[in-house]
Amino acid sequence: MKITLNNRPEEFIGSEITVSEMLEVKKYSFKMRLVKINGRLIKREDYGKSIIKDGDNVQMLYLMSGG
Amino acid sequence: MKFEEIKSHLAKYTVGIAGAGGLGSNCAVALARTGIGKLIVSDFDVVEISNLNRQYYFTDQLGIKKVEALRMNIGRINPETEVIIHDQILDPENILDIYKDAVIIVEAFDRSDMKEMLAETVIGSWPEKTLVIGSGMAGWGKTNLLRERYVGDRLIVCGDESTEISDELPPLAARVGIVANMQANVVIDVLLKMKLNEDNTK
Repeated sequence: MKITLNNRPEEFIGSEITVSEMLEVKKYSFKMRLVKINGRLIKREDYGKSIIKDGDNVQMLYLMSGG
Repeated sequence: MKFEEIKSHLAKYTVGIAGAGGLGSNCAVALARTGIGKLIVSDFDVVEISNLNRQYYFTDQLGIKKVEALRMNIGRINPETEVIIHDQILDPENILDIYKDAVIIVEAFDRSDMKEMLAETVIGSWPEKTLVIGSGMAGWGKTNLLRERYVGDRLIVCGDESTEISDELPPLAARVGIVANMQANVVIDVLLKMKLNEDNTK
């Protein structure tokens, strides 16, 4: 399946993937982040059950400490 | 647009600032100088000597609550900006009360878990409000890595999104100040776009 991840085309095996799986596949290990699927914010506790499908627009940003 | 026109438009708006440290104090001052009508600022800390390397406070304010000190300082810069202060730790419940009148909220915490809590609360509860996050401003140099990025229409992140503070990479006035002013710049831009939209529909 093909999605848009942070405005770039990205391809994954299979027809759907959870947010947790995507983070693992992409080796996004840094802990604090925000994830949006088609503009909807996914809460951390829902990463395991939130599904990303073909054509979805996924956006992610890291939250670094400091301020 | 002339400054008087900018100022009189910005005077109509209320902006929320969550945190009054390096990001919040500098961002608030920039917004007050530009003529924002009302600022809602929250922080539970007092001014400490270690804050003075980047935060908008003075040596004679050591030991004073940051929100009190910031209100004083803004009063000396632009008394026309009203500053509403909340001396408390923010949580998902009080955020909904404290910032309900703000059209834009600036995330200005230092801890990343607090940044996440605020973002989840604001985005989850108020899809109509704009949230401006600061993420990644530790250290020095690398000015060109600092940027504003729109993650959708109402979520904007300012910073390099990669540097995290540590003992060897502390937050310093210049880089934190740049990001604080980038956040203020985004706020001004969003509010002036509203004016252009209003003018076009007249």
